[in-house]
This record gives sequence, C-alpha cells and structure tokens, in this order.
Amino acid sequence: MGNAPLAFDEMMNADDAPRQPYQQYFEWYSGQNPAHLIGKSRDAESIFRKTGITFAVYGHADSAEKLIPFDLIPRIISAKEWRKLAQGIEQRVVALNAFLDDIYHKQEIIRAGRIPRALIEKNSAFLPQMIGFRPPGGVYTHIVGTDIVRTGEDQFYVLEDNARTPSGVSYMLENRETMMQMFPELFHRNKVQRVEDYPMLLRQSLASLAPPGCKGKPRLAVLTPGIYNSAYYEHSFLADMMGVELVEGSDLRVMDGKVKMRTTRGYEAIDVLYRRVDDDFLDPLTFRPDSALGIPGIMDVYRAGNITIANAPGTGISDDKAIYSYMPEIVEFYTGRKPLLENVPTWRCSEPQSLQYVLDNLADLVVKEVHGSGGYGMLVGPTASKKERAEFAAKLAARPANYIAQPTLSLSTVPILVKKGIAPRHVDLRPYVLVSDKVQIIPGGLTRVALKQGSLVVNSSQGGGTKDTWVLED
Amino acid sequence: MLGRTANGLYWMFRYIERAENIARLIDAGLRMSLTRSGVTDDDWDGVLQSAGVREPYGEMHDKTTSVDAIDYLLRERANPSSVMSCFESGRNNARMVRTALTRDTWEAVNECWIEMKTLLAKRVKPADLPEVIDAIKRRVALIRGAFHGSMLRNELYNFARIGTLIERADNTSRILDVKYYVLLPSVSAVGSSLDNVQWESILRSVSAHRSYSWVYDAEYKPANIADFLILNGQMPRSLSYCYEKIVSNLGYLAQEYDERLPAHETADAMLRALQALSVRDIMDKGLHEFLEDFVQRNNQLGQEISEGYRFYQ
Repeated sequence: MGNAPLAFDEMMNADDAPRQPYQQYFEWYSGQNPAHLIGKSRDAESIFRKTGITFAVYGHADSAEKLIPFDLIPRIISAKEWRKLAQGIEQRVVALNAFLDDIYHKQEIIRAGRIPRALIEKNSAFLPQMIGFRPPGGVYTHIVGTDIVRTGEDQFYVLEDNARTPSGVSYMLENRETMMQMFPELFHRNKVQRVEDYPMLLRQSLASLAPPGCKGKPRLAVLTPGIYNSAYYEHSFLADMMGVELVEGSDLRVMDGKVKMRTTRGYEAIDVLYRRVDDDFLDPLTFRPDSALGIPGIMDVYRAGNITIANAPGTGISDDKAIYSYMPEIVEFYTGRKPLLENVPTWRCSEPQSLQYVLDNLADLVVKEVHGSGGYGMLVGPTASKKERAEFAAKLAARPANYIAQPTLSLSTVPILVKKGIAPRHVDLRPYVLVSDKVQIIPGGLTRVALKQGSLVVNSSQGGGTKDTWVLED
Repeated sequence: MLGRTANGLYWMFRYIERAENIARLIDAGLRMSLTRSGVTDDDWDGVLQSAGVREPYGEMHDKTTSVDAIDYLLRERANPSSVMSCFESGRNNARMVRTALTRDTWEAVNECWIEMKTLLAKRVKPADLPEVIDAIKRRVALIRGAFHGSMLRNELYNFARIGTLIERADNTSRILDVKYYVLLPSVSAVGSSLDNVQWESILRSVSAHRSYSWVYDAEYKPANIADFLILNGQMPRSLSYCYEKIVSNLGYLAQEYDERLPAHETADAMLRALQALSVRDIMDKGLHEFLEDFVQRNNQLGQEISEGYRFYQ
C-alpha cells in the first residue's frame, strides 16, 4: 500500500465492514458485476467527451483537450460529518472576509501584533489600490473553495483557502449529472443532498451584491480569458447555467463611467462581473500594462461604485500560503472563538529556527512555494530521491521566505474502480462556498483523487481524477 | 447579445452548411465518374470550381486528379473550405458561442467533430468514400435536427438561420454558374446522354435528382432545372426559398430590435426581384450574368447584416 500504510479508509473499517455512510452503497456494490461497472466507466468517459468537459494542458499542442479521469465510486459523507465541516468552513470564510476588510482599512490585526506588517505590505497579492475601498455589501470573497483533507474519523484539516477564483465546480455538477444518468437506482437507495442548485444560488448571490450605481435588475456576466484557457469549459458552463453573458476583455470597455459590452444593439452596461481572470490581468491601466485580457479603466468604475467584481481584487492576500500559517490567529482574532477546523501545522521557512528544522527533516515534510499552485514547485519529502532533496535544500537556503513546510499527512482513502475490483486511493475535498449577506455552503463539492497507488498528489494537472461527492440527508 | 456571439453563430452555421455542400459536390463528382466511360479529370476541375477552390488547388497541385481533388475537398487543412476545415471552424465557433447553444445542439456539433477527426485522419480510400460522405451528411442532419428541435425561436435562432441560408444561396448559385453553359437552350432541344449526365449531376449536388421528377416531368429539361434551383419556392436549396426565409428571419429581427436596417431593404428587394422573374426572363437576360450578379448581391447582404448588427470577431 505504498507509503501510507495507516491511511484512514472512508469506506471500509479496519474489520472490513463498510463504515456507516457507505452501508447502502456497499450493499449495492456487492451485487454488481465488476465487468459491467468497467463498461459503465467507459460510458462515463464518452459522456464527458461529447459534452466537451475538457481542460487544456498548457504546452501540449495536439493534446489540447484532455479529460479529467472520473471514478464512478462516490465519496460519501454523513449529514453529521458534514454539519461539523460546514460550521468550520463558515467560521473560516467569515474570518477571511473580516481579515480582508481589516487589512484594507484599519489594519487592526497588524497593530495588535498578530501578523507582521511586512507579510502583508510586501506581499505581491496585497493591492494598495484596494486600501480604503469597501466592495458592495462588504463582501470580498463571493466564491470560496476550501480544500479539506481528512486523516481520521474525526480529523479534518484545511489545506488551503482558495479565495481568488476557485475552479472545479463544473466537475462537481457534471459528476453528479453523470452519476444520476448512469445509476439512477443509487439515488433511490440513498438520500443525497442536492448540489444542482449551485448555478441558481450563485446567480442570486452575485445579483444581491450589485453595486450602488445599478438601478433596476442587475446584469451579470462571466469574464473568461477565452477559449484557449484551461478552464474555458467551466466558464462557459457557468455562464450557460446561470443564463448570463460570457465575455472576454475585448468585448468590454469603459464608457460613461460604466463597464459596457458590445452587443448587437450597441453598448450595454454590466453591473456584476464574475471574473475568471487574475488580478494582474484585470486592468492594464492599474496592474499589468501588457494585459490583453483585461478592461482598461475597470478599477476606476469599480471604485466609483458602478460595478461589482467577484471575487474582489486583492483577495489573493488571504489565501497566500504564508498567511495560511496565521489562519488560527486570524480566525480567533475576528470571530473571538477557537477555529473549529484545524490548520495543518506549518513551518514558515522565513523564520531561521523553522528553516533549520525543515532542512533537518526534509525527508518527512512537504515543502511548498508560498505563491505556487497546482502542485507545481513543491517537494514531497518521503517520495523524493536523495538528489531531489539536496537540490531543493539549496533552493530553500537561497530563498527561505519563498517556502513553507508541512508534515506529510496520511490523507484518507476512498476506493476507486480498478481492473480487479476496488482499491483505496488518497483523496481531498473542495466544498464550494457562496458569500453574500449570508454564507451558503453547497453540500458536497469536488473530491479529487490520486489515481496512482500510494500517491498523495491529487491535482488534475498531475494525474489526479475526480469523484462525485455525496452528502447524505439525516 | 454580444456582437461577437452573433458573428460566431452566423459563421458556425455557414461553415456547417458549407461542409455538407462540399460533401454533396464530391458525391456528384463521384457519380459522374461512375456513370461515364472515359472520365476526364475536367469533371473534377468543375467540382473544384463549384466549391470555389480551383485556384488555391492549382497552387498546390500541378494537375487535377480525382484522388488529389477529393482529398483537397475533404481534408486539406490549407483549404479553409475543406470539409474538415469547415467542421473545425464550425466547432470552434460553437465553442466560442457555447452559452448561446442548447446542450443538444452543442453536443451534436462536438460529436460531429469528434467523429470527423477520426474519419478524416488519413486519406480516405476510394472504397470508403460513400460511407464517409454519408457520415458527413448524417452528422449535419443531426446538428440541424438538434438545432431545430431545441433552440428557442429568438434572435440566436435568426442569426444562425440567416448564416445557413446565405451560405446555401451562395452554394446553389455557384453550382449553377459553373455549369451554366450546359443549361443554355442553344445546346440542344433534346438532351444527349452526355447532357443528361451533366444535368443529373447538377441536381445531385443539391440532393434534388429525385424531387425534380416529383415537380417536373421525369425528363430533364434545362429550363426546368434552372427554374427548380432558382425560382421554385418549394425547393429548400433554391434561391427563392433561401430568400423567403432570409427575409422572414430578418423580419423577426426587425421586430425584436424595433428597427429596420439597410440589410432589410436589400433582402426585400432581392426577394421581390426573384418573385417577379420567370425562368425565360433569366435565360433571355443571360443566366451567367444573372448568377454573377446574384452572388455579388448575396455577399453584399451578408456584409450589411454584419455591419447592421455590429458583428465582430
């Protein structure tokens, strides 16, 4: 079983009986013909292919469109487990928004000495343009994807707070759609909470945060970098499901103090922009002047209260990996309570003592770049070769502030379908959270699974797959 | 809706229509070579010309052979009007306007492209040609069916339809123009067997060799063929039919936008002209001149629509 022999399996107990949430499913599974299921697995693939649920891998010309492998064994969470998670996530998301509001206004958390000033103000994700500005409704992170891992019956950790533009929600929806098409009988046996309302809730949530300058019914649009972006499918899917326009930067321009799009009837104003373009590219007049993806002048419109940008520019500071290590303090500072969900213990390599510890224990740790994502630029100590570790140690010593380190967690496993039946693989979970005047957490989320035996890397760009995620009703 | 979306829909449907028309042209060409002893490669020159690609073909090939011509029409990436290029462009446009299409329509386009990528990955063996041509026609029929069966009747639908019809009118008039000389009354009163082959080939390239005999005599007569393809409003590829539908789709847009544009005047004038003409008038004035003028005005209408509704890429 690879390098994580003691991983907690979410389906089977140590005595080879199914855990409670999986009982109904396991009973059904035991009556299935494995060859039949393998066939269904191929059906699922062709459904995904014809729907065009693909992602692009940069740098591969011909393999321009790839499928993320889908495993048809669901990941099942009981209502009780979910309530606990949801409370913890809500607390964290509320704290994130309070934190963002604070650091762009009074900076009390810095004055209170809980977070070093340099960590905020020297951080490239901190946008001085946001200082003193409060987005409509005071909401910074309209959409959050909180990455959670599990290591035991009651042990959950937050791995990352994706507060910029979390992706993957289209897979949550399509995975459910596909499962319901292929195994309707399973949904009779198990009362699974709905995720299908997500696009409607997203639309309502965004519309409720229209800017002060919007009179009448707000007009929404999704901003995409275009059809060559790796997540284009998701952008078009969300615009389609919400029934709003899908736009690119070149479709928009600033006119008469508003952001307008070029329609067949002339220029028409947009009130709320769900942007899937990074801060850097949003406004060439304010940020990167070479950006062709953005809208020159949109930040002025934003600050004048004539458009809502979701998520707000500058939210990236809150999901920075160096800030992450302070999340327990952040949660406590703003909510006045201990965090309900744990952080993974994190060593900040910028601190000399921690750096020494990390260098001494590289073989047991995962080291990540502070600004990295997608599983790139990280070292998984236990599986790295001696040479890889030595090379990484040199990089660490050269730029310690660029790295954090965490223990290798023994991520829980859920079985996947393999030729010989089922076999456990490590998983994580990304639930999706919508913030408006309330916090709504969609019961379920995206379960990513490392398809290689023993592997802990679940990223789709590195051979990870996905599963449908069920939250059962009581 | 975005001007870019309207443009994307319009071109998506033009390309899909074109793919099917090219497949029909190949079909007609194949048929001619089957039914005639001593086939000349001139026939394929005619087919290339009808497809509007004779010149660029000549830049790639020294002489015209059926094998090269067919491959150029089916698969050549450098030929923007090859079936594969058309499906590629059609699907790219569909991907871009994905939010304007129903799921059924999008999936039909995407599955078409997936199948064609495999089917047209390599040169098609002569023995497999009929099957490939059938597959192309079937895929386009599925797209059309999904589109008609699932799209809302709104401006999206109108822009898509107008794209289809402008492309179709263009194709039909080109097919006729390449062969106009075989339709001139001076050739002969009674068709020789050679004429019959030519005439049938024209009808076949618009899938009308059967329906012709439902409407006219079983016997091919040049004037009837011209009438059928130009003026007969029942024939879904005739110029009259295309313009009736273009005018009605433009009419819905005028209602929806509460505005008439130069395109509306142009289309109305063209339809009125077609309705006032008899096939004799056309022949007397000169079939070739008529068609040349038509193609040019049809293009101009496309331009006016694109400007009037603020298309952009």
